Amino acid sequence: MIGEGRDRVDGRPKVTGQARYAAENNLDHLVHAVVVMSTIPAGTIKAIDTAAAKKVPGVLTVMSHLNAPKLNFPGSAGGGRNETGGPTRSPSGGGAAPGGPPAGNYAEPKLIPFQSNAVHYTGQQIAVVVADTLEHATHAASLVKVTYDAATPRTDMQALRAEAIVKPPGPQSQPFTKGDPQAAFASAPVKLDQVYRTPYQHHNMLEAHSLVAAWDGEQLTLHDSAQNIFATRQTLSRAFEVPLQNVRVLSPYVGGAFGAKGSAWPHVFIGVMAARAVKRPVKLWLPRRQLFFTNGHRPETEQRVALGATQEGKLVSIIHDCICQGNAVNDYNERSTRPTRTLYATPNMYAVHKVVELNVSSGTYMRAPGENPGGFALESALDELAWKLNVDPVELRLINHADVNPSDGKPWSSKSLKECYARAAERFGWANRKREPRSMRDGRTLIGYGMATATYPAHRAPASAKGVLNADGTVVISSGSHEMGCGTATIMAQVAADALGIPASRVQFLYGDTTLPTAPISAGSMTASSVGAAVHEVALALKKRMAESSERPLEVRVDSKPEESAQQYSMHAFGAHFAEVGVDQDLGIVRVRRMVSAFAAGKVLNAKTARSQYLGGIVQGISAALMEQTHFDKRPSIASFTNVNFGEYLVPVNADIRNLDILFVEENDPYINPIGAKGIGEIGIVGVMPAIANAVYHATGKRIRDLPITIEKLL
Amino acid sequence: MRPFDYARASSEAAAIKAGAAARTKFIAGGTNLVDLMKNDVEQPAHVVDINGLGMSAIERVSGGVRIGALVRMSDAAAHPEVAQNFPVIAQALLLSASPQLRNAASLGGNLMQRVRCPYFRELTWTPCNKRDPGSGCSARDGDNRMQAILGTSEACIATHPSDFAVALAALDGVLTLRGPKGERQVMATEFHLLPRDTPHLEHDLKAGELITSIYIPDAPHAKRSAYLKVRDRASYEFALTSAAVGLDVSGGTIRSARVALGGVGTKPWRSRDAESVLQGKPANEETFRAAAEEAMRGARGQGHNDFKIELGKRTLVRALTDLAAPLVAGGAA
Repeated sequence: MIGEGRDRVDGRPKVTGQARYAAENNLDHLVHAVVVMSTIPAGTIKAIDTAAAKKVPGVLTVMSHLNAPKLNFPGSAGGGRNETGGPTRSPSGGGAAPGGPPAGNYAEPKLIPFQSNAVHYTGQQIAVVVADTLEHATHAASLVKVTYDAATPRTDMQALRAEAIVKPPGPQSQPFTKGDPQAAFASAPVKLDQVYRTPYQHHNMLEAHSLVAAWDGEQLTLHDSAQNIFATRQTLSRAFEVPLQNVRVLSPYVGGAFGAKGSAWPHVFIGVMAARAVKRPVKLWLPRRQLFFTNGHRPETEQRVALGATQEGKLVSIIHDCICQGNAVNDYNERSTRPTRTLYATPNMYAVHKVVELNVSSGTYMRAPGENPGGFALESALDELAWKLNVDPVELRLINHADVNPSDGKPWSSKSLKECYARAAERFGWANRKREPRSMRDGRTLIGYGMATATYPAHRAPASAKGVLNADGTVVISSGSHEMGCGTATIMAQVAADALGIPASRVQFLYGDTTLPTAPISAGSMTASSVGAAVHEVALALKKRMAESSERPLEVRVDSKPEESAQQYSMHAFGAHFAEVGVDQDLGIVRVRRMVSAFAAGKVLNAKTARSQYLGGIVQGISAALMEQTHFDKRPSIASFTNVNFGEYLVPVNADIRNLDILFVEENDPYINPIGAKGIGEIGIVGVMPAIANAVYHATGKRIRDLPITIEKLL
Repeated sequence: MRPFDYARASSEAAAIKAGAAARTKFIAGGTNLVDLMKNDVEQPAHVVDINGLGMSAIERVSGGVRIGALVRMSDAAAHPEVAQNFPVIAQALLLSASPQLRNAASLGGNLMQRVRCPYFRELTWTPCNKRDPGSGCSARDGDNRMQAILGTSEACIATHPSDFAVALAALDGVLTLRGPKGERQVMATEFHLLPRDTPHLEHDLKAGELITSIYIPDAPHAKRSAYLKVRDRASYEFALTSAAVGLDVSGGTIRSARVALGGVGTKPWRSRDAESVLQGKPANEETFRAAAEEAMRGARGQGHNDFKIELGKRTLVRALTDLAAPLVAGGAA
């Protein structure tokens, strides 16, 4: 039953329109909020003229820093109160360091909306209009006139490279040094030293950030589109100074998130403030254009990779030095050297990722944060080194295979990377690759083969679950996790059914509600591992109780957490991508003709949803390789993202995606968690970009070190 | 979005009368106008729905085809008269937008669509001479990768986005316009205006005037025509560069040729200079390359879009090469 490719339980409600997303909770007396954005990148608000806006029929209030209530937040005078009851954040989820006090999930801890007149970036949410209809609110919002005292913005990451800083505090952001990497590089017989760049990208999930907030006295109900409902509850409890039990957050369906919905962005505070002010339920549904400014993005990166190797291809030094865009109001760091710290055996390593604070909106976690842009740089560099050495790129990776984690020396809980290379290479026909660049063609199309390694850590966080056996023999398992389209609701029923020894059709899984047992953020590819373990344990506990008691309904609860003994292992999923590209010899058009990808990520829980997760990651990787980027106009007078709609922000259409072949290399990992699954939400994307870039080099002889690989770079 | 009133026109006369009033827009498919209204770029006080006016026939007339202005893009592309006698038109339509948009959008509206420049369309707080005459052009020194290299001015470099208009310009299409002063005909190549120092004026359509139909004359170079569109993704995207080409080749020699370029001009870019180079010459790559050089004479990049000069040439050479291949082979036989 575990591993069986079952259909998604949320599939039918979604395609028949029965699934109710956050913005579809049309509560009685609902009113609508529309946000006003700043049009300058830095300075202060001098005045806000709301007279015209207030004259629009149906307008209930126009709120800004001039009249908003003061909130309790980390940067405010009273910040830090009421800090109990929330979950800690995941390693990939941001927030407090493990073991520290729960920090909630403020996306911008130093910029809670409407608390001051300061403007930190273009598009900052600086006022909101609430009206009886969306049309009235939209019209009135367009009439709000804001005047500013503008300051000179910081917009140019490259120019400010020297001001890059290490942030936030915490081990994952600190530079890592092993041995003497500079000396080892200097004396290496073969050297490669290059700079790679990845652009700004936006998550662009189909379902916009949206919410319906309703106050009943001091009780708040928030219908949100979220990846982290318990942390949002914690944040709102603290910000609005109401007890935790007064706040209920629901998020049963999420139309894509990719990391952007793990944090409480400004609109959450605004929606909740507005609902309290007008004493009616408020719907706030951000239009696509605004999503490009105020709900996170993947920052641009610039990464130097220097590799020193012996003539035989053995790495003697890896230097990976990165900067990314950041800002002064959040602590996000695109930790691009993460894959470098785990992928290859080397006696000497220096890995650092720093942040250049700009007047640009906040970066945040986006599918495989760190691993994805970092993997592009590292795996492109490996390919370049392979060409220098005249060694097959697969062979170079086998020569430098890390038998233990190269940064901490710990043994792997399991690792099947060599099998991934072998099986994917065989299925792909890698042996048919002609060695020289520009040596393969199909008519006017130059053909290239490229490959790269994928890696992503296997996390597990504490999670709780409840199991109820009903008199009719059905079982209800609940844990307040999220379903962002990943298959969580489906696999949890399978995990429970497997442990109980009953058909999955008799198990219902409830999630997406803070009245259910606590679950962690759905991020860092750890939901299957964390919530799956809790579900497995509660099912076993229920099975045990069933044998002991005839009481019905019968209820059990568990609080599940990682085993201390697991700390002695390094836990990662691995994989390998092989790509064939075609490049029009005259027009420079690149298309990915086919890919074969093999992944080893423990046990496969549902072959169908697992395949879909990998496919989604690979498609997003093809997108990032060939077309996806947010343009930023860094002129101080503009300082804005420009291609802020789906017409100009390109993601692939069906015609761009050809044959994608996924291979599962199953592992039996007894250490990671009781169900043996490592999590697969992110590894699919890691390595796709370099596999394609490496294939483009093989096809054309042109090495593209700045993504995406658009036509002008190949003419 | 601003409040506006909406009315369905009951007759062409009523539409023309209503359309002549200030701050009035006609709406057909609405695929462009509504988007722009949502962004406050278009702020009409009155919207007149012309969908009830017919103008949806595709009929053979003397020497060509006449297509009603309200014919939907999908219907025009699928019509045998268009597909067989004017393949460049059908191809340009099918390479535009998405099926959903093509089902909704009218041909008249397609010609009236406004530019995709981000400063015009999205960053409505930034200077844009087209949106706010005299305010300046943000694209010249900004994000201009998609913008034009031909027909630009100090005031505006925005690319005309239509594929259909490029094909129509190549085939000497003629628009019939009806307005308060009666009916008149305008060549498709004359309909759109260069930006010069008045980029807010985009076309030769007077207040109240409607495009009622589109006429395309038969010609050997119309029957043997093709559209090539180069873009960053395989479908559903505006052109980086495109070429609408028609060739009449006999015995390996070009008897007549038509060339128009998309993605590169501030208006659909008919290149009679390139046609002159092709006329009477052997249909081979050397000729095509010479025509491409001529087509791009005077092209000027602004940085990000510099590559369009070379890409535009290669696009035209490829389009002509592929179109000529079977003709040359046939001529030799």
